[in-house]
Amino acid sequence: MAVEIERRPIMVERTEVRRYGASARVNHWITAATFTLLALSGLALFHPSLFFLTDLFGGGANTRAFHPWLGVVLIASFAILFVRFWSHNLWNRDDTQWTKQIGDVVKGEEEKLPELGKYNAGQKMVFWGTALLIVVLFATGLVIWDEYFHGLVSIGTNRLAALVHSLAAIAAILLIIVHVYAGIWVKGSIRGMTEGRVTGGWAWRHHRKWLRQEAKGETHD
Amino acid sequence: MASYQSLDIKRRSASTSTPPAVRSTGLEVAKLIDVSKCIGCKACQSACLEWNNLREEVGVNTGVYDNPHDLTANSWTLMRFSEWDNPDTGNFEWLIRKDGCMHCADPGCLKACPSPGAIVQYTNGIVDFVSENCIGCAYCVKGCPFNIPRISQVDRKAYKCTLCSDRVAVGQGPACAKACPTAAIMFGTKDDMKEQADRRITDLKSRGFANAGLYDPAGVGGTHVMYVLHHLDKPEIYAGLPKDPQISPLVSAWKGTGKILALGALAFAAVGAFFHHTVVGPNRVSETDEENAADLAEEGARSGPTPETRTL
Repeated sequence: MAVEIERRPIMVERTEVRRYGASARVNHWITAATFTLLALSGLALFHPSLFFLTDLFGGGANTRAFHPWLGVVLIASFAILFVRFWSHNLWNRDDTQWTKQIGDVVKGEEEKLPELGKYNAGQKMVFWGTALLIVVLFATGLVIWDEYFHGLVSIGTNRLAALVHSLAAIAAILLIIVHVYAGIWVKGSIRGMTEGRVTGGWAWRHHRKWLRQEAKGETHD
Repeated sequence: MASYQSLDIKRRSASTSTPPAVRSTGLEVAKLIDVSKCIGCKACQSACLEWNNLREEVGVNTGVYDNPHDLTANSWTLMRFSEWDNPDTGNFEWLIRKDGCMHCADPGCLKACPSPGAIVQYTNGIVDFVSENCIGCAYCVKGCPFNIPRISQVDRKAYKCTLCSDRVAVGQGPACAKACPTAAIMFGTKDDMKEQADRRITDLKSRGFANAGLYDPAGVGGTHVMYVLHHLDKPEIYAGLPKDPQISPLVSAWKGTGKILALGALAFAAVGAFFHHTVVGPNRVSETDEENAADLAEEGARSGPTPETRTL
């Protein structure tokens, strides 16, 4: 049937759940802004067709100079984020089940999935993937940060670092594309990070186990 | 170093367009360094500093003749002295190699450079750094198979031998070649230099250097600075001259077609996400979800501590 009927009750009860505190939100957006600037400045030097992006940073030499410092800010900011969130991102059996039902996930048929805690397996993979890649990017980035670290390792190591840095950067940007899209697709999510609160319905639909804990007044962040 | 010379450009770093080729003569130049004729006087080093208006810092003596101890952003050429006991003849040989940019036909620096037009290759074969476009990233250092470019700690730009492109552009030979008192450094067309090298090699062979030969490594497509070596079979004894230099596979992987694939993957992910939304539609919370949540919250409120916020 082409026409769907939706009956709306006159008054719907609304609940709100606190998801992120102010410091977590600030921490997240500093990380996000830094990552975006890093991606833009990095891509500018990645391919000639994107060199025009150096104009955003005041030219090629400035882009080259700013990029590593942004990396320092990112790893510092992400380190705090990591300490905040890592314990919520430990893998459990529900995550394995979620991963097996990835087909239902992308179709948005969440009623078929197990009840989930604060994060689903996709979010956890983004979390651990980003953490790992940022460490790799920082380590290889230091090696090729010629201004301060030239001559500390061989040119061969420099070449390897440059290659690994590019590959890790592409992987990280891919992960962030997934992360950003998930936020856009799953309506009501962005609010959690901009205002700190999600609706009870959002929590019921996507993170029911977490909602049950919150409703019982158990620990939360 | 120099700005664009009145020389035609064959290749330009980080550029997708092809430079105009209509004026190209195909005439390639080369510098021939006859190591067997070098007396180690360093006149070439002085001439290089003088012509290019460079000054090297006063260094310290560490017991070797190399001065300075390595190429620097100011010293674009350097005599490297090697002492070698020839096991076949029992003779002690003093091998003096004038190090500097080899002006590869396939330049690793140009391949690695991310800044459009910071490194150019002229149609005559000279590879030149155009400093105003240089961003100081040192990718050229990673690209070079001969470890030649140096980044200045003063202005953070890369420097190396220009093969005196400014002199060559007006019909002169490089300053080092002009200054060399034994004509161990020669300059001309690449073909003429190869002929000259042949004559020298024949001579060296007649004097017992059976392995004498021309160093013009094919791995980088040949070079526009070539050496006549008495021991072509062992180039490493000349202060580590690589036997088969080529652009590192790591650099090729880093700078190769993989880049396009990587950008394609990013584009695919972004476009894919857009169409996922188009096909599946937004993942919305239903009113039922909200009601269920409210029921759960009420239950919680009855049985224990209240959830943090609850609004009607």
